Amino acid sequence: MSQTLRVGDLSHKELRQQLRNQGLPVRTGPLVFSIRSDEPEIESNLPLLYADTPLGSSDFADFHIEVRRVRSLRGWVKPQIEFLQDNRSPFQPLPRAESFAVLEWGMNWCIANYCHQYLMIHAAVIERNGFAAILPGSPGSGKSTLCAALIHSGWRLCSDELTLIDPRDASIVALARPVSLKDASIEVIRNFVPSAVFGTEIPDTKKGRVSHLKPPTSSVAAVGMRAKPRWIVFPQWGKDADLESGSHPKSHAFIQLAENAFNYSMLGETGFELLGRVIDQSDSLSFRYGHLPEATAWFNRLADEAAS
Amino acid sequence: MIRDAVLPIIRDPQSALTLDLPGWDILLRETRAANLMARLAKDLAETDGRFERLPAEVRPHLLAAQRIAQRQYIATLAEIERVQEALEGNVRLVLLKGAAYLAADLPVARGRIFGDIDLLVPRAQLVETEALLLKHGWISAHHNTYDQRYYREWMHELPPLQHVMRQSTLDVHHNILPSTSRHPPDPELLLQAAVETPRLPGVFVLAPADMVLHSASHLFHEGELDNGLRDLVDLDGLLRHFGNRANFWDELTERANALHLEQPMRYALRMCQLLLGTPFPASLLTDDAHWPADFRERLLEQLYSRGLRPNHALAGDRWTPLARWLLYVRGHWLRMPPHLLTAHLLRKAWRSLTGLESEEDEAQTHAKPLPTDKG
Repeated sequence: MSQTLRVGDLSHKELRQQLRNQGLPVRTGPLVFSIRSDEPEIESNLPLLYADTPLGSSDFADFHIEVRRVRSLRGWVKPQIEFLQDNRSPFQPLPRAESFAVLEWGMNWCIANYCHQYLMIHAAVIERNGFAAILPGSPGSGKSTLCAALIHSGWRLCSDELTLIDPRDASIVALARPVSLKDASIEVIRNFVPSAVFGTEIPDTKKGRVSHLKPPTSSVAAVGMRAKPRWIVFPQWGKDADLESGSHPKSHAFIQLAENAFNYSMLGETGFELLGRVIDQSDSLSFRYGHLPEATAWFNRLADEAAS
Repeated sequence: MIRDAVLPIIRDPQSALTLDLPGWDILLRETRAANLMARLAKDLAETDGRFERLPAEVRPHLLAAQRIAQRQYIATLAEIERVQEALEGNVRLVLLKGAAYLAADLPVARGRIFGDIDLLVPRAQLVETEALLLKHGWISAHHNTYDQRYYREWMHELPPLQHVMRQSTLDVHHNILPSTSRHPPDPELLLQAAVETPRLPGVFVLAPADMVLHSASHLFHEGELDNGLRDLVDLDGLLRHFGNRANFWDELTERANALHLEQPMRYALRMCQLLLGTPFPASLLTDDAHWPADFRERLLEQLYSRGLRPNHALAGDRWTPLARWLLYVRGHWLRMPPHLLTAHLLRKAWRSLTGLESEEDEAQTHAKPLPTDKG
């Protein structure tokens, strides 16, 4: 079998040519996105952040997507771009400077809107020794920051925002896509992982200042490995807070995960039974932290205890 | 030749088994654009083992679409019961379209996507109905005065009502065609003939012939055909289901005459026959009723042969954009007399150009900052 071609293997010319014509087939975990765009921000960020990500075949894509300039009167004054999924635009145009973020949000939208073959929860998910930790969290809880730190401390990135669970065996399906970081957490991770690769910083999106972190090469290489849910950790960041952890009632965890799921009610009985199974086999923990080294050490002990 | 990946598979699901991956790629995209993915999944799942023989890339999409359809099926059924409760027995619940197919447990309801719930009430009970629904949480989703007036004066329905908690949308009709259209049918005739569903006692649907005629008049007066193919598939399903009943075809022509809906009936029969091979007595479109009767029917056949395809860039031929545009104009033409139509289209053009409402409406929007993110 020939070696799989990756996004990073393409010359800039080849990449540009595919993005502008038939579409660049990017395979993230089980899904192939055929991406079209002539936006410079996308041409420059894709080969950087998706360098290790394999290319799909040109025969079949799960989603055909495009980010393009909006042609309108207003576009002359303030250039805007729109996201299209197969010629349909699910959300309002946004400033052109945000084009790469719009591509990422659009990909998330495709998954959340269509992939009901999985239970989908709005949570970060990481793996070590075959076991997965699910980190649900509202904005500001430090979920993405913690996730970014952990994937550079021995954990594998499955996803920073979309936890996909296969109802057939309750396993976690990984995507290994770039991690979206906001505001101060960008500097926090730059300091914590000096070697980390970041995409273009986008100054003021609706969600604040955004930059994307390249997923570790090893996470992308292992994207096909399923993980078994083992912990549900509810993180809460506090400035200079001492590390505190404790058990979190499983009944609460169930409701919080159901509330954070995109399609819990869509799956009906399947969703109920699956979530019950995930909760049953996992430890449910509350976790307050203020310092990343301390926090990552705590997570690593958790993984070591489970492995022994 | 008009490109279309979906119709051949709807006509003969077995032929999907011979598709290669690029073929599936196109089929799934067009099917999704046509809102027929769950229907395709149902057709493919009906023969044992057929589903397992489909490519691994394809199955998740069909499974996901089936889950959406199953969920909507249950949710819509539950919502119908809530509407029935809300009407408190003061207004008889007569359902139209998708919700009616579901309440009547018709085969077309399986694998169908459901959106709004449509109901038909006597004009004299409109105010009472709106008050009862408001009391139970359904409020008007359109806030500006122009939209309110557009619906209330010219259309055959109230502005859509949305439930404050569950977001379900109701379309309350007092007729099946706009008051401004040229020959609106007498809604009393429809209401008198409505039949109670065995599945949901106290819930009514239109009589079989009326149901077909409403589906036909809706489709062939509509200018925006995003769901055109789906609606044609509905019609095909209804005709196949009711076609075996004694006297159905006689009733259909009699009711079409009584309701002034002969034209939409002819279009429905012809397009179903042409695109889906729907069987019906030949006499309906031969001899005195010969199709095409005139140049207009000949032209409409050409236009609808293109308009009733998946609304996707990969489907159609070079005449498709023109055909869709002409059907769009025709839809508006049938809806309103020319002077109203001109004013309405100018207003819509101004809105899309500027993104602004008129000053008066602007003021109102500021006063009531309610979410109106309906794209």
